[in-house]
Amino acid sequence: MTTDIGTAPARAYRDYAHPLWRRLLLRREAAIIGLLIIVYVVAALTLRNFAAPITITYLLLDVAPILFIALPMTFVIITGEIDLSVASVVGLSSVTLGTLHQAGLPIWVAGVVAILVGAVAGAVNGFFVTVVGLPSLAVTIGTLALFRGLAVGLLGTTAVTDFTEFWTDLAKSKIPGTPIPSVMILFVLLAIVFGVLLHFTPFGRGVFAIGLSSEAARFSGVRVERSKFVLFVLSGAVSALAGIYYTLRFGSARGDNATGLELSVIAAVLLGGVSIFGGRGNILGVIAGVLLIGILGSALRLAGVTSDVINIITGALLAASVVSTSVLAWIHRRRIGAGIKKGPPAPAQV
Amino acid sequence: MSRLAHVLKARETGILLALVLVVVATTIKNPAFVFSGDGWRDLLLTPSILMLVAVGQAIVIVTRSVDLSVGSVVGLSAYLTGRVFIDLPGIPWPLVFLIGLVFGGLLGLVNGALVAFARVPALVITLGTLYVYRGINVMWTGSDRINSSDMPREFLALGTGSLLGIPWLTIIAVVVLVIAGWFLRTQRAGRELYAIGSDPAAAELYGLKVTRRVLAAFVVCGALAGLAGVLYAARYGTVSSQAGSGWELDAVGAAVIGGVAIFGGSGTVWGAAIGAYLLLTINRALPVIGVQDFWQRAVVGVLILGAIVLDRVLAVRQSRRLTEARES
Repeated sequence: MTTDIGTAPARAYRDYAHPLWRRLLLRREAAIIGLLIIVYVVAALTLRNFAAPITITYLLLDVAPILFIALPMTFVIITGEIDLSVASVVGLSSVTLGTLHQAGLPIWVAGVVAILVGAVAGAVNGFFVTVVGLPSLAVTIGTLALFRGLAVGLLGTTAVTDFTEFWTDLAKSKIPGTPIPSVMILFVLLAIVFGVLLHFTPFGRGVFAIGLSSEAARFSGVRVERSKFVLFVLSGAVSALAGIYYTLRFGSARGDNATGLELSVIAAVLLGGVSIFGGRGNILGVIAGVLLIGILGSALRLAGVTSDVINIITGALLAASVVSTSVLAWIHRRRIGAGIKKGPPAPAQV
Repeated sequence: MSRLAHVLKARETGILLALVLVVVATTIKNPAFVFSGDGWRDLLLTPSILMLVAVGQAIVIVTRSVDLSVGSVVGLSAYLTGRVFIDLPGIPWPLVFLIGLVFGGLLGLVNGALVAFARVPALVITLGTLYVYRGINVMWTGSDRINSSDMPREFLALGTGSLLGIPWLTIIAVVVLVIAGWFLRTQRAGRELYAIGSDPAAAELYGLKVTRRVLAAFVVCGALAGLAGVLYAARYGTVSSQAGSGWELDAVGAAVIGGVAIFGGSGTVWGAAIGAYLLLTINRALPVIGVQDFWQRAVVGVLILGAIVLDRVLAVRQSRRLTEARES
């Protein structure tokens, strides 16, 4: 009788714990990455030109702005906030770059100023969210209109297009000998920095802690307000960087560049397994999410499907990704509930 | 507090004052803004359609949700209206309003069912349906568009006509607003929406039918967006596949400007409706005052930020006053 009491918990523990391979494979990121590989393989086998280098080049050139902005957006959403103003910052940065270049400044100086402008725009968001204490959803709907309005107001309907060929070619160039655009070097560097920051530093752990419970995070010594402020500034700066790339790639600085991009970025981030409630997410999953939408889009275009169907699929994927999470959680609860009922009998009272 | 003081202190009064100020200032600059036939009509007519969408949006936001798919619903419903006239020639035009309402309500039901039953955040689901509905619209429309010659003349006359100087569309919008305002203020189900928005868990524990109420809020919001789509077709005569795109942010912006708290539990549809009027009236007023209309989105942004900062200040002041009252 006594031995029974002693061994029961140990046995129960082993029964409920999953082996390591299952824990890795059953994660959301694994599902998205798996889906990404399946879609790629199927498309490469069935579509004639999909595996061609030029497809990969254009695919990556197209998704690059979303990839860039998705990095800080992941952080922001993990803390439980949101930044809807990113696409407007892209426009603002594009206009800053164009106007300064027209005024005779070299591109790299104009680019640095544009990134600073983006950082200031992010700081405005951060100020309203952390200092004034307003909900980021409302604040960034406001700044979405404000920053876009400034961008369009500064340049009107005109566009600056006289960029030196050196820079526009650089934006479109490929790494010699590969189909991969050179802008991906910059992206991979940034992704490594953001990935390490999120997953391997105290700051990153703090970001998760804020998302799970900002009150608890505060009591454990995380500087909640400062972290959030930094994240909004980063979000602005990286969006501005994406704006510079966007401008140079298309060789045109306009106030309405990248309108509506914020929804694509958020859709990709959520598809990549970041919880909108905060506290959960992974950089690799997010990158896979962006690429999944990009690959689906270019595969469907090659298959002759028009862009509207791509929209439907993006939307359906997004809805399915959150509904599946919720259904899985429900099944999990049921199984645990059943397990408790069927589990080892409670030790007899002595 | 006397009733008059209550009205004067209401959050909606401030926003109404701002609207009046904008109209007066613009009219001083250019009397035709109000005192010409067209000016008066546009002043009332232009914001009416957005007002319907904003009222629906406010009902959803009060329950601590949000519906980003409204713009797509407006577009789909507007196109459906044209399609109905083309495919069912001779259909009595009042029936189209019913079709729009029911159709929008069904689209809202999809949102509501996903949010209420699957317990997933509305922001994500409706972002998804924003894409899906718009995609269906583009696929259905293609490069086609509905022209005013496709629709009966009486229907189009409704879009521009008026009764005693007040456009029909404005009358429809105001009737809907009054019903919604009355319902939310006095009816049990309406008050329960506020209770759910203030504290969903407490509402559940208290025994309120949270799932059913949230579902109903989304259906109403969809139905109003569907109705707005019908009015859109009547007002503009041409409907492309991009009709109503981007309206979701305008509608949320209007609600926020009107004092509807983005995290639920407070605000009125009156505020949202006045917010919609202010938003679109400013857009029309700026060029008259001499500001290039490129800047209008920036002004809208400042307005939204100003409104939420004001709400914050008011909330802080009220909580301080309540604390003082308790301690004395």
